[in-house]
Amino acid sequence: MNRILLRGGRLLDPAGERDGPGDVLIENGRIAAVDADIRADDAEVIDAAGRWVAPGFVDLHTHLREPGHEYKEDIASGGRAAVAGGFTAVACMANTNPVNDDPSVTDYILDRGHQDSPARVYPIAAATRGLRGEIMTEMDALVRAGAVAFSDDGATIMDSGVMRRVLEYSRLAGVPIVVHAEDRTLVGNGVVNEGAVSTRIGLPGNPAIAEAVMVARDLMLAELTGAHLHVAHVSTAGAVDLIRAARGRGVHVTAEVTPHHLVLTDEATAGYDTNTKVAPPLRSLADRNACRAALCEGTLDAIATDHAPHAEHEKDVEFTAAPPGLIGFETAFAVVLDLVRSGELEPLELVRRLSTEPARILGQLGGSLAVDAPADVVVLDPAAEWTYDPAKGYSKSRNSPWSGKTLTGRVIATFVAGRLVYSEERGVLFP
Amino acid sequence: MIGRDLLGIEDLDRGDIERILETAEHMLEVGRREVKKVPTLRGRTIVNLFFEPSTRTSTSFEIAGKRLSADVVNFSPASSSISKHESILDTARTLDAMDPDAVIVRHGVAGVPKRIADRLKAPVINAGDGAHEHPTQALLDLMTVMQAKGRIDGLSVAIVGDVVHSRVARSNIFGFLKMGAEVRVAGPPTMIPAAVETLGVKAYTSLSEALAGADVVMMLRIQLERLAGSLFPSVREYTATFGLDREKLRYAREDAIVMHPGPVNRGVELSHDLADERPSVILDQVRNGVALRMAVLYLLAGQPLAGERRGSW
Repeated sequence: MNRILLRGGRLLDPAGERDGPGDVLIENGRIAAVDADIRADDAEVIDAAGRWVAPGFVDLHTHLREPGHEYKEDIASGGRAAVAGGFTAVACMANTNPVNDDPSVTDYILDRGHQDSPARVYPIAAATRGLRGEIMTEMDALVRAGAVAFSDDGATIMDSGVMRRVLEYSRLAGVPIVVHAEDRTLVGNGVVNEGAVSTRIGLPGNPAIAEAVMVARDLMLAELTGAHLHVAHVSTAGAVDLIRAARGRGVHVTAEVTPHHLVLTDEATAGYDTNTKVAPPLRSLADRNACRAALCEGTLDAIATDHAPHAEHEKDVEFTAAPPGLIGFETAFAVVLDLVRSGELEPLELVRRLSTEPARILGQLGGSLAVDAPADVVVLDPAAEWTYDPAKGYSKSRNSPWSGKTLTGRVIATFVAGRLVYSEERGVLFP
Repeated sequence: MIGRDLLGIEDLDRGDIERILETAEHMLEVGRREVKKVPTLRGRTIVNLFFEPSTRTSTSFEIAGKRLSADVVNFSPASSSISKHESILDTARTLDAMDPDAVIVRHGVAGVPKRIADRLKAPVINAGDGAHEHPTQALLDLMTVMQAKGRIDGLSVAIVGDVVHSRVARSNIFGFLKMGAEVRVAGPPTMIPAAVETLGVKAYTSLSEALAGADVVMMLRIQLERLAGSLFPSVREYTATFGLDREKLRYAREDAIVMHPGPVNRGVELSHDLADERPSVILDQVRNGVALRMAVLYLLAGQPLAGERRGSW
């Protein structure tokens, strides 16, 4: 019988509102006991003194690129990178090839996830066939197959009539509709945030209002239909204000923000590094600070990486030609710890936004250290300094703006269903 | 001190600019000789790497290089790395392996000269990148104003037209501000970036207000094919509101000069007569352009400097 005792850590369990020293006993894939001082003579003991012990992180928004774009990432490499970053479950977007708009693709992703990935894999299916924004997918069949949400992600549904029907129909499936809210006609050919930086560096600007306009439409449609709208990677103060007001009216809306939008600004794009090209773009300091405040107050519920691997040859081109996106699993924890260091967020609240809230939004287990919960657990060292080298990471791609940077905060160990799948010393252990 | 590359006016300080302009004045003299050639860059190779078509600028650089006795090679690959399946950086590295002594880069996307400079041993001169910078154009404009006015400090400069898409505007804004001038920009609101005043200029939507008291009026070229109907309703309306003719020029100071980076859309942003006659200094700009580019090539490729990115000779 496999028994593991995590001894002497700082337990951070948002679901149980617990923040304090204690031990966690893992047995048969579940959390068997959580107490001040557990005696378990036959257990393998892991010393967690000076470390945080938290429920594994849950990533609402990732691109694992399989099937179809395995040269960027596949479910095995993405899953390995995920657990190295403390994520025990990841939801993957539908923009694969073929698109995940059919139960056979959902099946395939789940199958690969079970066989190849140390992290749990939750497929997000397309909201419309082929991500074309025209005909809705078979939501009932896709949910039965295991889809946890629907999204056309970057292929924003521009037709408001289609969007209304998608939201309406999703109530039958009972899962969220995730939107990448940008009005494509306002984005135009913009590749960086429109503002002082774009004016100085001469790259086409993508205005903040492109996000707010679309968020406003989708909130009104969610209000009309009663559907669960989840706004992906919120990047602007305008969108934050709209979401806060809509929630005040009782609209069923949740929202996420990425580590990069919480920490970086459009100043990072001034050197033309295509690894800073992301959609929506890195915004102004005022927008960034509005997102931080909104995450702290709970208007933005969760942190999601939008892990988006691209091959070097795709990124090593002129800024306008490079695909948007950056990889985020392995740096996420260190990057968002900035909010704790600045005093904006307590560690327990940070874990809530990385783990408990995203699990709740997806309607999945996780995000809890309660007795009998699945033992998806992460051990963290918030003080460890390390230098990030994507070439030594687990993702197949290297498109990170933090390449070569010294970061503080490290994942020490990750358990999925009670099994040690990653340790800082030994790397990814399974599969 | 002027650095290894010339990527933008934003990177220069006033001393750098003055040094380049002084050197360019000496180079003007070469162009007046019977034999317009000096041996300064003999045995050195300069590559004109133009990803975007340009006759004027590439010819100006070519003549500048040849007057300094350099071997000038023109290279114009397809502009899109997607269509050719050869990245711009591959192209640049291929060239680098041939050991040029300077590479002049024009590209339709901002930032490409910088990305290339990061990979090359040879110095890189930006000959225009997207809507970012066109530093030699701004330097020759500063040189032309200095000749006409005897100073730049304290002058009032109005830049009129499609500021949002103009690398000439950006480089001139940086350059004139660094040299102590006051800079205004004017154009239809769709062509003036909302954040333009963060650069230190004042923005106007009225030509008469922008020109009031101006010593220098710089008209920008309008890209008729691309913009008519999207950023302004029609050429007729553009010409009526922001086109410059002798009558509208009266808003400016009596001794104001008129500049244009060329080529001029005659009868659109500039009337036919103003394109040719004083107070327009357009041909002085072109003449100064050769001397200015000689100066830049001399300063960047002409002197053996310590540093690992230099070629050896």
